[in-house]
This record gives sequence, structure tokens and C-alpha cells, in this order.
Amino acid sequence: MVTINLIDHTGVRHTVDVPPGTTVMHAAVDHAVPGIDGDCGGNRICGTCHVFVAGEWAAATGQRGGQEAEMVELIEGADDRSRLSCQITVTTALDGLVVHLPQYQQ
Amino acid sequence: MPLDDIDVLDISLWQTDTMYPYFARLRRDDPVHRHPAGQHPDGPFWSITRFDDIVAVESDHETFSSEPTIHLDNPHESVTLPQFIAMDPPTHTGQRKSVSPRFAPSSLAAMEATIRTRIAQTLDELPVGEPFDWVDRVSIELTAQMLATLLDVPMADRRKLTFWSDVTTTTPEAGLLDTEDFSGEWARVMLECGEYFAALWAERRDAEPRDDLISMMAHDPATRDMDAATLLGNMILLIVGGNDTTRNSMSGSVFLMDRNPDQRVKLDADPSLIPSMVSETIRWQTPLPYMRRTATRDVELAGKQIADGDRLALWYLSGNRDESAIEHPDDYVIDRPRVRHHLSFGFGIHRCLGNRLAEMQLRILWEEILQRFGPIHVGGVTHVASSFIHGYASMEAVIADRR
Repeated sequence: MVTINLIDHTGVRHTVDVPPGTTVMHAAVDHAVPGIDGDCGGNRICGTCHVFVAGEWAAATGQRGGQEAEMVELIEGADDRSRLSCQITVTTALDGLVVHLPQYQQ
Repeated sequence: MPLDDIDVLDISLWQTDTMYPYFARLRRDDPVHRHPAGQHPDGPFWSITRFDDIVAVESDHETFSSEPTIHLDNPHESVTLPQFIAMDPPTHTGQRKSVSPRFAPSSLAAMEATIRTRIAQTLDELPVGEPFDWVDRVSIELTAQMLATLLDVPMADRRKLTFWSDVTTTTPEAGLLDTEDFSGEWARVMLECGEYFAALWAERRDAEPRDDLISMMAHDPATRDMDAATLLGNMILLIVGGNDTTRNSMSGSVFLMDRNPDQRVKLDADPSLIPSMVSETIRWQTPLPYMRRTATRDVELAGKQIADGDRLALWYLSGNRDESAIEHPDDYVIDRPRVRHHLSFGFGIHRCLGNRLAEMQLRILWEEILQRFGPIHVGGVTHVASSFIHGYASMEAVIADRR
């Protein structure tokens, strides 16, 4: 199992243990972590699983893909750290991952 | 019935709300279906009726363009206006972003108290124990007030906004305009609408930036130099986007609660289900039944050969009833799992800009209804005569009792 930490906008930490191969979006939704919607089910076409990836994890989680970047560009409050969490696949290299949640999903 | 005889644009199906079995047949037997010539004046077109195929098309805006229009009717010089819903990147991106901050949840939260006060006042004025038209007294009234606020126009003009929006999407069958000279009358109303917004535009452009949608566009580099046609097109986009959609979900929620009294009991027992009920209502109603895309190259979709230039109708209304994506899709279940997994807002870069505002208006409406009223009985309804708007022209309602 891999441990993922999701920290909401008030600083509350939600820690979930999930198997490799799932996505950070599914890890949150399956454990009812508030603040991640995932309306489109993981197709990077709704923008409702937006997270901020802390700097030290940026390399391990990789870059935004082209279509993901197009959706992120339309999200108010997105910045260089923004990712769609359905596009971050959980691997053992991400054990202990920390992501921050925006105040709202759009 | 042979597949070629299925005519989902037949207005009489929409007037009687009996189109569902035809879509079920297409989903089962020919989910990417080419309608023969004769069903639409511009010739053959494709109906995409399954959830996953619609998602696939919306994921690929390069192959499936939103230009030149998102309505099946091809543009005619005089009546099709440029608007960002019918543009591809990068123009779409810049124009959409000129107004999107207004719809960010943080901005909406600041409006919640105002919206609640208006909804409370509108509900308090309703008669108890006698019939009235829910569409006019509540659904149109509340969306008209919201539009007036977002555009910062005088409240006294609010019904002009909903009238112009209705005219934009109306059909000769709907009876809204004089049918003797339908296109002439249509053009006259649009001209009046264009002049109204052009005057506001000039005034806001010369004033300090404010947070209404007109001022935001007038001061944004991506939109401030729009020509008159694009200005009108975008204004119409904003008023249609905020009018037919939320209006018909509001009416639909009352209709559905009456036809499914067990769900009303469930909601009364647990008002924390309101947000979930709102999403289920928006799925079930699907106020905008389809959006068009136009193929930019020859491409295969679900085994069918789509040609460059072909028109595709993405039937959200059908995808939202697709049993392979949604369990018991014809049932109205306010606490269903994954309730937000529906197509009513579309997906991809054109996903509804006002989705959170719509959900907020509906949530507050029901928070206030539950505090005031027992069951609301719905008698006769008339449906909008259109395959582009799935909604109610009128709805007789009787509030049984006030709490």
C-alpha cells in the first residue's frame, strides 16, 4: 500500500492508504475525502479533481499532459503547482505524497 | 420501426416528452447513428447517444470542433453570431476567461445571502391552496433576477433578458413570435437586444472596471475589441446559458418531487441530501438535450466512418439515460451513488461555466422550500416545443400547506 496525504485549504490532513495503480483522484473519492469531486470519472475533462502538488513532489508526479493543461488553464486559482489528480497514477515512488486541495472545485 | 424512420428532431416528441424510447432504441441498436436526408434542412447528421461515446467526442476538440455553431442548424449570414461556446482554442480560451472569475465558487459565495433573500421573498409571495404557474412565478422570476444581477442591468428590465433569451432559441411551433413573419420578427427582436447591450457596453467601456459580466468583457484584452456581432453573440450566450438551463431544472425539481413522493419524504427526513438531489435533478432533466460538434477530418467513431465536415449531435439527454453508465437511469433517486457523474454540463473545455451557480441557486431554492412548504402538487404541464431545450413552458402547481 502507498500512503497519500491530502491537505485541505484549512490545513486539515487526510491520510489514505491505497494500492499502486490507482489514481490520486480515486484514492480521495474512494475514501470520501471532501474537496475532490471527480465528476467525469477520471477522463481529465471536468477539472473537478484539481490539486496543488507541493514542490518536493513535482518531479515524482510528473508534468501536466496536453489535454490536462488545457483544462487546468480554465480553472480559476490554478497555478504552476496545479494538476488534475486523476492524471497522477499512484506508484510506490509516491509513498508519502503530499498534495494540497483548493478551497473549491469548479 | 426501421432505424431510418427514427426522427429525434420531431418537435411533437419534445412537446409530449416522448422521445426517450427512440433514444433507447438508438443506444441499443445504432449508438452512432447517421440520420438520413429529410430530417433536418441541412441534410444528414449523426446522433451520438451513448455516454462513453459522448465523452470521447468531447475529449477531442481538435477532431470535433465547436465551430461554426453548437446548434444543428448551419449558420446563415443574418442569424448566427460568433460566441465563445462556438469557438475553438485559443480564441475560446481568452474570451471564456474574461468572465469566468465571476463564476468561481469564491465569487459565488459572496452572492449567497442575496440569492437567499430573493428566493425567500419570491416563495413568500406564492399563494397556498390555489393553482399558479410555477414556471412564470418562480423559475423565470428567479433566473431573470439572477441575470439582471450578473449583468448589472436595472431589475425592472429583468424580463427583457429572459424574453430575448427565449426568442433566441424559439421555434415557430412554440408560438412565442408571430408566425406570419417568424424570421422577420425574430430579427427585429434580436436587433432590439443588440442595441440594448451595445449601449450598456459603451457606457461600461468608458467607466471604471466593475465586476459585472459586461464590464469584465469591456475591459479584458481578449474581449474589449470584439465587433458588434461577437458582443451580441456573447451576451446571448450568457443570457441563454443562465436562463433556460436553471429555469428548467428549477421547474423539473418540483415536477420530479411531485411525481416521486417517496423522494420528497426522503428529502424532508434528511435535508443534507439537497446537494445530491440537485445533481440528480440536473441529470434527469438535462435542460440542454444536445450540443453539436463538427468533424474537422475523416475519423472512425465506434466503428462508423465520420467524414470531414459532418455534423454530430451529442445527445446528453440520451447519455444521461445510458444504462451502461448509470444504474437504473430512468429512476429519480436523490441519493444515488456518484450522482455528479452526468453529462448535463458537458465535459471538456466547453464545460458549463455557470455549473456551480446553477447548483447553488437550486440548493438554496430547496433549502427555503423545505422550511416553508409541504408537498407541492403539479397538475398540467406544457413542454417547450424544441429539441434544443428540454423544459417546461408552463406548470400548474398547488402548494398544499405552509409550515
